[in-house]
Amino acid sequence: MAEPVPMVDYLILDERPHLRATLCSDCGATYFDRRNACAHCGGTSFSHQDVPTQGTLISFSIVHHAAPGIPTPFVAGIVDCDGTAARGNIINTPPDPEHVTLGMKVRLATYSLGEKAGVEAIGYGFEPA
Amino acid sequence: MAENAWILGIHMTKFGKRPTDDVVDLASEAALGALKDAGVGMKDIQVLAAGNLRGGGGLAQALQKQIGQTGIPAFNVANACATGATALRVAIMAIKAGEADFGLAVGAEKLSGVGLLTGNTARAEGDEWTPAGRFGAVTGLDGRTGTETMPGVFAQVGMEYGHKYGGASFELFAKIAEKNHAHSTLNPLAAYQKRFTLDQIMNDVMIAYPNTRSMCSANCDGGAAAVVVSEAKLRTLSLEQQRRAIKVSASVLTSDPWQAACQVLPDINTLTKAAANQAYEQAGLGPSDLDLVELHDCFATAELVHYDNLGLCETGGAADFCNSGATWRDGTTPVNVSGGLESKGHPISATGIANIWEVCHHLRGEAGDRQIEGARAGLAHVIGLGSACGVHILEKSAA
Repeated sequence: MAEPVPMVDYLILDERPHLRATLCSDCGATYFDRRNACAHCGGTSFSHQDVPTQGTLISFSIVHHAAPGIPTPFVAGIVDCDGTAARGNIINTPPDPEHVTLGMKVRLATYSLGEKAGVEAIGYGFEPA
Repeated sequence: MAENAWILGIHMTKFGKRPTDDVVDLASEAALGALKDAGVGMKDIQVLAAGNLRGGGGLAQALQKQIGQTGIPAFNVANACATGATALRVAIMAIKAGEADFGLAVGAEKLSGVGLLTGNTARAEGDEWTPAGRFGAVTGLDGRTGTETMPGVFAQVGMEYGHKYGGASFELFAKIAEKNHAHSTLNPLAAYQKRFTLDQIMNDVMIAYPNTRSMCSANCDGGAAAVVVSEAKLRTLSLEQQRRAIKVSASVLTSDPWQAACQVLPDINTLTKAAANQAYEQAGLGPSDLDLVELHDCFATAELVHYDNLGLCETGGAADFCNSGATWRDGTTPVNVSGGLESKGHPISATGIANIWEVCHHLRGEAGDRQIEGARAGLAHVIGLGSACGVHILEKSAA
């Protein structure tokens, strides 16, 4: 079977899956999207930086209404990974305010999005640490 | 020294379901109302700025074709939910630049029954995993890496504040909606004029925790328009026009300065703080000088953070400020006495002028049952996600 593909290109599927930020070589600003230039300093030279897989949940919402086809409820979260903020769903725990709380410690977790044309896609979220 | 600008006339349509009116009807009603209120006609207007987001573009010219084609420069503007404030800002800039003595700014929107404004449709999925877009995503990311829906995004904005400073409970956010729904019972132009108890709000349909349905802005149809005039021209007009004119003491539009965190969650704080600081500086006033504030409560979770962003409370003190009752209409800093976006309604392109209308109405002493007595200065604030922030400070004429 073919190698699995990541849900997004900043998810690195090696032995220890992790997120990889794009780092401005001039000022150190970090991004997850494809860049034309640095929005902070205007620099156009970039490298990559691995993002810690452990973090703190600094904000969330439990989304009950979304577009048709998107399973609800789910927890949209913002995780502070040792100074780099990342978006991700909070997974592997019930989506309610008793189980998901501000300040909780979380870690990166991956899951299968299923298979297409013999290739599996892998997504990520954060689960309680 | 740039010319001062004044609001000479202003009008807001009834907000709500307007099934027989299209966007041009709403814009025309607003514009004609503002012209009448100002005591001038389209022949006097030298610059037009108009905004609409969902009608296909070109509102300015469509409006001219209904109420007056005079060949003046027409600007079609779009800045998300700050579109109305952007139209006003364009007209004010033309006045300040000395290019016009009279300007007209208009915003109108048809939004009844639209549902979620973003995140309404999921990405179509093909037979293979194909990376696309700036994240190289092989699938739709809405619902996979967080949410694209506004109730969820703004819920996170409020929760982030709670994480930083504490005290922001589900009940606290619900109290904000309780206040705004109570305020709207005095506003005949509001889309909703129904009071809700705290229990009703907290037990309403959950949209995106902690925002229930009654804590979300009300989609509705509506329009608003303003006629602005230069100070030099105003002095040549009738005493009655001069008496009712409202001084634009500050007119500011900002966008996001770079912040690390805004790359993952929109940062509606930094640009609002910047706009507020510039506005207070321009006006020579501070938050304690304001008799009323209309701020962008697109969701209850958003209103909380703007108490802090606009300097209405101490840094980090928004929860205590809210709990003190200060923001009710009989409090020290009445906020959203119109009912706000949660209850008055949020026809997105009209909002950034409708909030100015509310403040002007009080400063003129014409706000009827909901009049804030003796109001002399007020602030109007909007945020368009992306982001754009408009802040205007308005003062009663000394004449």
